[in-house]
Amino acid sequence: MEGVKHNRFGPVIFSKYERGSAIERALAMSREDILFELKNSGLKGRGGAGFPTSTKWMLTAAAISDKKYLICNADEGEPGTFKDRVLLIEYPELVFDAMVVGGYTIGATEGIVYLRGEYEYLLDSLNDYLNGMRKDNLLGENILGKKGFNFDIRIFLGEGSYVCGEETALIESLEGHRGEARNRPPYPVNTGFMGKPTCVNNVETLATISHIIVKGSEWYKNFGTSKSKGTKLFSISGDCEKPGVYELEWGMKISDVLKLVGAKDTKAVQIGGASGVCLNSSQFDRTLAYEDVPTGGSIIIFNKKRSMLKVLKNFMEFFVEESCGQCTPCRIGNVKLLEAVKMIEENKLTFGYLKKLKELAETMKIASKCGLGQSSPNPFLSIIENFKEEIFNYAGGGEYAKE
Amino acid sequence: MRKNNNVRAPESQKRLKVKIADNPEDIGAMVHIEINEKKVSVPLGTTILEACRKNQIHIPTLCHHDDLCIAGVCRVCVVEVEGMKTLQAACSFPITNPVKIKTTSPRVRRARKNILDLLLSEHYGECYACVRNNNCELQALAKEYGVDHYNFGHIDKPKFQVDNSSYAVVRDMNKCVLCKRCVRTCIDLQEVGVLEAINRGEATYIGTFFDKPLADVICINCGQCINRCPTGALHANDPRDEIWAAIDDPEKHVIIQTAPSPRAAIGEEFGLEPGHSLTGEMNTALRRIGFDAVFDTNFAADLTVMEEGTELLLRLYKALAKGEPDVAIPQFTSCSPGWVKYLEHFYPDFINHLSSAKSPQQMFGALLKTFYPKIKNIDPANIVTVAVMPCAAKKFECNRPEMTDSGYKDIDYGLTTRELAQMIKEAGIYLPELPKSGFDDPFGDATGAGLIFGATGGVMEAALRTVLELVTGDKIENIFENAEIKPVRGFEGIRYAEIPVTKVGKVPGIISHLIPDFEWLKGITLKVAVAHGTANAKKVLEDIKNGGKFSHCHFIEFMACPGGCLGGGGQPIPTNAEIRRKRAEAIYKEERTLNYRKSHENPKLIRLYNEFLTDGPCGSVSHKLLHTTYTKRGSFIV
Ligand SMILES: Cc1cc2nc3c(=O)[nH]c(=O)nc-3n(C[C@H](O)[C@H](O)[C@H](O)COP(=O)(O)O)c2cc1C
Repeated sequence: MEGVKHNRFGPVIFSKYERGSAIERALAMSREDILFELKNSGLKGRGGAGFPTSTKWMLTAAAISDKKYLICNADEGEPGTFKDRVLLIEYPELVFDAMVVGGYTIGATEGIVYLRGEYEYLLDSLNDYLNGMRKDNLLGENILGKKGFNFDIRIFLGEGSYVCGEETALIESLEGHRGEARNRPPYPVNTGFMGKPTCVNNVETLATISHIIVKGSEWYKNFGTSKSKGTKLFSISGDCEKPGVYELEWGMKISDVLKLVGAKDTKAVQIGGASGVCLNSSQFDRTLAYEDVPTGGSIIIFNKKRSMLKVLKNFMEFFVEESCGQCTPCRIGNVKLLEAVKMIEENKLTFGYLKKLKELAETMKIASKCGLGQSSPNPFLSIIENFKEEIFNYAGGGEYAKE
Repeated sequence: MRKNNNVRAPESQKRLKVKIADNPEDIGAMVHIEINEKKVSVPLGTTILEACRKNQIHIPTLCHHDDLCIAGVCRVCVVEVEGMKTLQAACSFPITNPVKIKTTSPRVRRARKNILDLLLSEHYGECYACVRNNNCELQALAKEYGVDHYNFGHIDKPKFQVDNSSYAVVRDMNKCVLCKRCVRTCIDLQEVGVLEAINRGEATYIGTFFDKPLADVICINCGQCINRCPTGALHANDPRDEIWAAIDDPEKHVIIQTAPSPRAAIGEEFGLEPGHSLTGEMNTALRRIGFDAVFDTNFAADLTVMEEGTELLLRLYKALAKGEPDVAIPQFTSCSPGWVKYLEHFYPDFINHLSSAKSPQQMFGALLKTFYPKIKNIDPANIVTVAVMPCAAKKFECNRPEMTDSGYKDIDYGLTTRELAQMIKEAGIYLPELPKSGFDDPFGDATGAGLIFGATGGVMEAALRTVLELVTGDKIENIFENAEIKPVRGFEGIRYAEIPVTKVGKVPGIISHLIPDFEWLKGITLKVAVAHGTANAKKVLEDIKNGGKFSHCHFIEFMACPGGCLGGGGQPIPTNAEIRRKRAEAIYKEERTLNYRKSHENPKLIRLYNEFLTDGPCGSVSHKLLHTTYTKRGSFIV
């Protein structure tokens, strides 16, 4: 059984691939060779943090334990991101094959897909797909005749909280607890699910691995820039003619992307979802790459009709609601930033208080317990900085005030 | 959607830390680090906070508590670790490599101040209208950081209704700073689990199952959460106003009994170091406040030993000598009302193991409204009984419907050590400088056996002193040096001891009508155990369920609170292992100075049995007044 393919074109992820081929290839390789291929490919995590994937696998492989886990992070909660869904619907073979490869490489016997609660409708088809793999011995015991290599995958449905995409909160949630990030160190690669070494990878990271295993890291390195290898899936939405999921090489200019998707009169581009940064037109010649504008793949386009203050308010409301509430800077800090937006609306924000809030935002970025609070001030800081005039004209009866 | 029923605190709250070796220096497990450019060595796995404390570097904390697992949520303790982009929480960061730490860099100071300002912005109320005024960790932090105005505003309306449904614990979530100490105390330290964070983000609050009032959930009233709350969000249900009113009412004869633990700790409320007993000073203060009589709960503890000890011998006699099949052994102690309620909720099938003897507080209450008014010629209706206890659960216990055997409410008010200290202060008294005085007749001064009830293992030791003397006819001093039964002392969570009975004597007159001889006990090894903190109790009960070592015990002492009563939910705040150890020392030190150290030798007690409880321990009068029954509560009866 194959995923339902649409007509998608792309140099790596959307290139041709046959189910099971990565598993077959990997089982013929030594673990060290697999790790070397990954390292040589320069692949970095596609879930947002951009941690070198080979390092994560190596650390989990090196951990000593009777049981290890490989978790596929399919929580896809970042606003404006929908690429993982496309992969799960249309290319499940890429994701699941890589999980088996991962299980083999790091010595895990169980793979768990943490599926975003809102993707419940995918559950049956994904389970059918897994059953097909079991039938063909791509899962189960002695996979493809490899003696002693047992691995299976189960799917766990999340409950719809954004923070559960953060890997340690995800693990808490898997264990049946409140979705709250853990203290790190210790890291999941040593002390993860049920206290065992656990490797958490994003859907897209895994999908990319399947191709790298089959076609080799040298091939993969042909794509991208010197510091950002390969390609990336972008979920592009907002004010453009052709929104959707695109596979693009790293290193593309933002202005070229806008052209590609038919965006007109673009005022702002939010890169990296709600927790990313918002750029104005003077910055559209910057490139999408780890060395310039890194991103987990969400691009939201706003044209001249949009009020950036409303955009900001929407993001801050999201964080106030989605903070898990355990740590002070994130729980209360986001509330203060949202209050500031309301103060701007009512023309009550003084520059003195704004200065305090900018300091607060810095504190949130460095003192919050997890990535949520560490990145939630990004839209606040970047929108206020990059759209200063518009924002502070708002209350004075600026052009968006009456909307 | 908790799928994992047997879990304790979530991993995020557990002590996910590297285990520290016992001999780190010998095995080379020392890490050389720099704190503020000073070079120091610490054992691998030490947290930054521990490392700083060891080197006299102060790090502010709020969610951290030495008794509890790590949380890392308030972020007040953040420090800079060279090479890391973000600041790290000192309380949760285990040192595993040669890090360089800065604890007061500008980034750190600014972050701490901002975090503190955020906490204050959401902390409702004014310090002068708060039980924790001058003993509040948030207030102390504000002072430390010189807060003189609210940088991010200040909440001016309460968001939550105060929950004072419980006899023991009042919850005012408007003052809560979400440090989750109470949650960790309840789930992890006590393994009761009635408190948990509810909702997320801005809407997060600490709540109960379906937001029920605390009185309607399976809270055991231990009050350990109060002791660890950094602010005034949790405090005990305070009866001071009613007690003052009774004192001021000339019609009322107001009696106060004082338990052993408050006297060993109340000095802390007056600025003394932990570990000073103020028994005599407290008696004087109580009279000056206006109480009409001051009695020692230890007298009732002696009575408890007689009743509970006799009950134990009877159970053993029935089971071992007569071979009756349905006798519940081991017998469990029943003086700790938090423990009793824990058992009723979580192990209802075990309630027949509980001694039917009431706690000392309640035994005394029943006497104070029967025996006492008779000899004093007072109308019991005019007697008001107050009990100073180290305990929050005692407030619940005295309100149990069973506790009215005198025909009145046996004990009218349970008063905590903290609340009594408050009354003393209101009366303009500086306790440590008062002259000493003794307890009033007809109960007088009690024995050391009663006094050590305050420490974990004390009830067991007191009972053993009496039981072993009654059974062997020998002096306990001949069995245990100085009558100190060391194997049951200490702070180990669960302790187990075996005491062989090598000789037996004649049955003493006071119980000879119940048991004809002790021959059946000869050669038997008495197996006893002590557990404190309900998490430890749970371990013992699970072991009994599984037929383990503790199922072969004869007698087990359980205390709901870590450390026993001296660590009770009504004791001065703060608490930690060191403070509890010092309180225990104070108790054991005082007990060595007492004339009588065995309950059955208490002359006033002997008189009580001669004149009032004339059919002896476990006789009909004592059964009516001094014994009680329990309820299989399970999850639904609160
Ligand atoms: C608030 C928050 C939400 C996140 N949500 C997701 C998510 O939905 N999907 C995802 O793959 N990673 C998410 N991450 C990143 C994960 O923590 C983690 O870095 C990632 O799953 C690791 O996989 P990778 O190395 O393959 O990127 C999130 C991080 C944070 C802080």
